[in-house]
Amino acid sequence: MASVKLFCARASAQCVLRNAVRPTYVAQERSCYKQVGKPEPDMRWKPIMDRASQTVFWTELFSGLGITLGHIFKEPATINYPFEKGPLSPRFRGEHALRRYPSGEERCIACKLCEAICPAQAITIEAEARADGSRRTTRYDIDMTKCIYCGFCQEACPVDAIVEGPNFEFSTETREELLYNKEKLLNNGDKWEAEIAANLQADYLYR
Amino acid sequence: MYLSLLSSLVAYICVLLAVAFFTLLERKGLSYIQIRKGPNKVGIAGLPQPLADAAKLLTKEIAKPVMANYSPYFIAPIFSLILALLLWQLYPSLYSTSYFKWGILFFLCVSGLNVYGTLLAGWSSNSKYALLGSLRAIAQTISYEVSMALVLLFPLFLVGSFSFFEVGESQESIWLSFLMLPVSFIWFVTCVAETNRAPFDFAEGESELVSGFNIEYGSAGFALIFLAEYANILVMSLFSSILFFGGSYMFFFESDIMFMLKILFFAFLFIWVRGSYPRFRYDLLMTLTWKGFLPAALSFLLLIFSLIYFVY
Repeated sequence: MASVKLFCARASAQCVLRNAVRPTYVAQERSCYKQVGKPEPDMRWKPIMDRASQTVFWTELFSGLGITLGHIFKEPATINYPFEKGPLSPRFRGEHALRRYPSGEERCIACKLCEAICPAQAITIEAEARADGSRRTTRYDIDMTKCIYCGFCQEACPVDAIVEGPNFEFSTETREELLYNKEKLLNNGDKWEAEIAANLQADYLYR
Repeated sequence: MYLSLLSSLVAYICVLLAVAFFTLLERKGLSYIQIRKGPNKVGIAGLPQPLADAAKLLTKEIAKPVMANYSPYFIAPIFSLILALLLWQLYPSLYSTSYFKWGILFFLCVSGLNVYGTLLAGWSSNSKYALLGSLRAIAQTISYEVSMALVLLFPLFLVGSFSFFEVGESQESIWLSFLMLPVSFIWFVTCVAETNRAPFDFAEGESELVSGFNIEYGSAGFALIFLAEYANILVMSLFSSILFFGGSYMFFFESDIMFMLKILFFAFLFIWVRGSYPRFRYDLLMTLTWKGFLPAALSFLLLIFSLIYFVY
């Protein structure tokens, strides 16, 4: 034990000394080489026998088979899609909807911020004063074939009128059906109001 | 005469049904290996899927490629299927109406002819990919036939008979695989390569040859080619189980059910191997048989032969 300690002390002293004089070195010292090449195989009989039997009895191939056998008994990741659906984030940006106030009055005040920010220029709005003097849209179209679902419109909206709901299954048979007008968007809002409201509630702290 | 005809007919129908449901087993097995569910929409849990596939393939229009050489193109799938079904005449059973004394020789001849189906299909399609696929398949099959014939010499030497039935009978007390495990491994790999299955499926390397030698085939021709391929797989698992794994003998008892289960196990092993390993490299494939299996089988043969000669 004493000899070991002595050896350690000597080694550390050497190390300290070397570090102390290192700035005075002219030539750079490289003393800690690492062998990165493939090591020479051990040519004693026992390792040779081990390697040969691993080759002949395919141990690695069989362990591979074992892994796939284990996978067979795992729960499949497949969900039975039209009947089961994966989880959606409250921030999911799906089909657009125009919301209403609980009184039934539409929220949109035709500020056109969404139209302005839309990077795909998919939104078209025309507005004029209604009979009661409030400013409302007469036309609110979204070309869903242009829309890139970036969510900027709902970020821009000051009254949470235009939102992207959780619905992602709105494929159509013709292109024209994807040119949404105000009526369609308000209908969407009525249809998905519960989900949209829940999502906004879940996410309001972070907005 | 009529009885043997009837017997063969029933056997062929059973084989074709087995092949149909083997394709389902493969799709299910592969998908569960990949943590998927596989076909599960048709009927109950997807069980009638093969029937739906057959109905779809057989009712499709038979298209004729403009460049194809039509008569060989047309004959090739039929030829492959006939050869694959012919091998099932060798099914070793006491109740069989045909008894082949030289069954192993018959097997070698017919499986040697198997390559012509692929050759015809690939060459007559007159398409680059089909030609390349069939070239690869031919080189591979011919190379592996060498090691297959060599491996077949082991049971022949030990049992002293060319008949599958007698080879099976001789393993009542001990399976041949226990006497020479590495040789039975070589046999199985050779079987996988002979049937052009993954990881040796260079005949239809999807990533580089689209679909390989059968690329120009659709509808019924495609169905026949695949029936032939899967019938070959099943017949190879039959021979694996009878040559090296004792046929119907299971240590202490004998039953035909055990035989069926062994065949099923080897058939599943084909799928399992396909699900486990990536595709080989072509030069490694050739190296494996010419520089690996051939010398290994020859030296094993020398060992066994000298043991028989000097000890026994």
